[in-house]
Amino acid sequence: MQLDHLPLNRAAVIRAIDWDVLPDQEGHRLRSLGFEPGVAIEALHKGILMWRDPLAVRVGRMTVALRTNVAAAIDCELKT
Amino acid sequence: MTQMPPLVALVGNPNAGKSALFNALTGARQKIANYPGVTVERKSGRATFDDGRPVEMIDLPGAYSLDPDSLDEAVTRDVVLGNLEGHRRPDALVIVLDAGNLDNHLRFALELIAQGLPTVVALNMVDLAERDGLKLDADKLSRALGVPVIETVAVRRRGLAPLMAELEQALKAPRPPGDPVAISFGAQNQRARDIARSVIISETAGRQWTRRMDSVLLHPVGGVVILLALLFLMFQAVYGWSEAPIGWIESGFALLSDAITGALPDGLFRSFLTDGVIAGVGSVIVFLPQILILFLFILLLEASGYMTRAAFVMDRVMAAVGLSGHSFIPLLSSFACAIPGIMATRTIMDQKERLATILIAPLMTCSARLPVYTVIIGAFIPATTVGPGIGLQGLVLFGLYISGILGAMLAASVIQRFVTQSQTSSFLIEMPRYQWPRLNDIALGLWQRAWVFLRRAGTIIFAATIILWALLSFPKAPEGSGVSQVEYSVAGRIADGLEPIVRPIGFNHDIALALIPAMAAREVAVSALATVYAIDAADDEAAATSLGPKLAADWSLATALAFLAWFVFAPQCISTIAVTRRETNGWKWPIFMVTYLFALAYAAAGITYWTARSFGL
Repeated sequence: MQLDHLPLNRAAVIRAIDWDVLPDQEGHRLRSLGFEPGVAIEALHKGILMWRDPLAVRVGRMTVALRTNVAAAIDCELKT
Repeated sequence: MTQMPPLVALVGNPNAGKSALFNALTGARQKIANYPGVTVERKSGRATFDDGRPVEMIDLPGAYSLDPDSLDEAVTRDVVLGNLEGHRRPDALVIVLDAGNLDNHLRFALELIAQGLPTVVALNMVDLAERDGLKLDADKLSRALGVPVIETVAVRRRGLAPLMAELEQALKAPRPPGDPVAISFGAQNQRARDIARSVIISETAGRQWTRRMDSVLLHPVGGVVILLALLFLMFQAVYGWSEAPIGWIESGFALLSDAITGALPDGLFRSFLTDGVIAGVGSVIVFLPQILILFLFILLLEASGYMTRAAFVMDRVMAAVGLSGHSFIPLLSSFACAIPGIMATRTIMDQKERLATILIAPLMTCSARLPVYTVIIGAFIPATTVGPGIGLQGLVLFGLYISGILGAMLAASVIQRFVTQSQTSSFLIEMPRYQWPRLNDIALGLWQRAWVFLRRAGTIIFAATIILWALLSFPKAPEGSGVSQVEYSVAGRIADGLEPIVRPIGFNHDIALALIPAMAAREVAVSALATVYAIDAADDEAAATSLGPKLAADWSLATALAFLAWFVFAPQCISTIAVTRRETNGWKWPIFMVTYLFALAYAAAGITYWTARSFGL
């Protein structure tokens, strides 16, 4: 399931990241913020009013804000 | 033999509490300058070992890795690797780690440790980690990393002495240089996460303050309401809280002026002191309270961790004009002053977005415009209320801020569309945990801002005031000729040339006169007007009354409103133009900026004037 479709407040794990669809800079920043397959992730908040963009997610122990178009490149799996 | 004190660099991820630790170690004895060749701010200070030997400390910009994706990060890399020309390589590193965020921060620490410099790790903010239910084993972490690890709480000064002691030891026994390219990014990440997991002693659910606060402050509707309320409160406070201290400063200068008038014989020198120096500089220093209140809010928002939430809330709105939440923070800082705002754009990754942000930063109503707005609003807008706790004057001020913002949004969308031709913007940012701002850090920040402002008042504004006084005082109008001194002076004649250009937008001769020195800095317009009216006053008594009533008697409301509209847009600040040139490496963009802003100012003042006139004002 893509990160932008992940239900809020449910523990999940990053399964894969499609680095190719991301602009270099964003891929690089994503990596240095600790986004990687196997890392625990959880969607926390969605953006304001009707846009529901950007997203606030918890990756590892860090809270990160990112836009849905980037989140769409991150494939996640809900923990059961 | 004299020896330079060892240089120690504090380095770590953004939001690891690095600056708080730096403040705690060096106290108020800090020097702010730039790194050689780049405009990144270099903060340095002195700490001392137990035996009194000094250590020079520098606070490197926060970074996520030695592979930079912003100007700030590039400086951190160059300093750590010793590649920054004209800057010596640090003798040792203090790596500042956020204890509550080891999983994400440890990878950068491993990269830094591999550089082989003597290194001590400060495991910072352990109290916040414990608040969130996380207990760590510092000794185990130290064994895994191969360098000393000291638990610190910078804001409570915990662990500072052991940190300095370990640093002293580390400097004595240099480590063998490692092999920085030995392992890949991915492998480093894996190792970082393994270590992070292994040093956890216990982990309970904790109270998760940050998450609970975020569910309110990032709420899709509530979050917007809170941000707008906060901004409104901020601007009301700037106006309301400053009234009393401004009164004190005003009476102080009035006393000083009276004392000089009493002590010196009437003449050129007395006129120079009272009409020139005191009227000019005094009318600017009077705005120090408002500037400090504004900076207080911005420093509090930054230190508490709310600033990135504001960026989150604003991201979609900014995206509508081709920018992102990243631009929001520099633009908000520009409300205090465009110069730190423009310098804060260095954290924006996208270069086109960065340029667009720089170009619109002067449209944010900086504190230097407040003196102008305050005088005009005070003179022309009645101090009535339009609702519970909402004053009409505050509302007009708020309206001026909004005009600047709307102008900026319009400019940004045009610039991003036609000038930088940017396709997309991006928003990707770490949101730190909330924490109580520490009083000392805020006080230090405020003091540094106040000092910069007073130095400006004491130099640029002082010089501009004196030059203007001279231009206004010479040549002397002949006695009994009936020609006013202002009209007869050099400045009056320059203004004569300018007047036909600004007459169509409702500006009179005095405004044309005030605009000339106000090129140096906007707030000089007020001291210029004060000087003009003091000198033109029939006697000292008239000169002693404040500027507002004189303007109210002399200007039409339409002219006053046009004057306000002009200052919403006009790029009248030499420092801003200079910093734009530095940050964009050339004259092209500052010239573009000045041209488009003057055009906007002229149009806005003209439209305001003729609209007001058509309503009979």
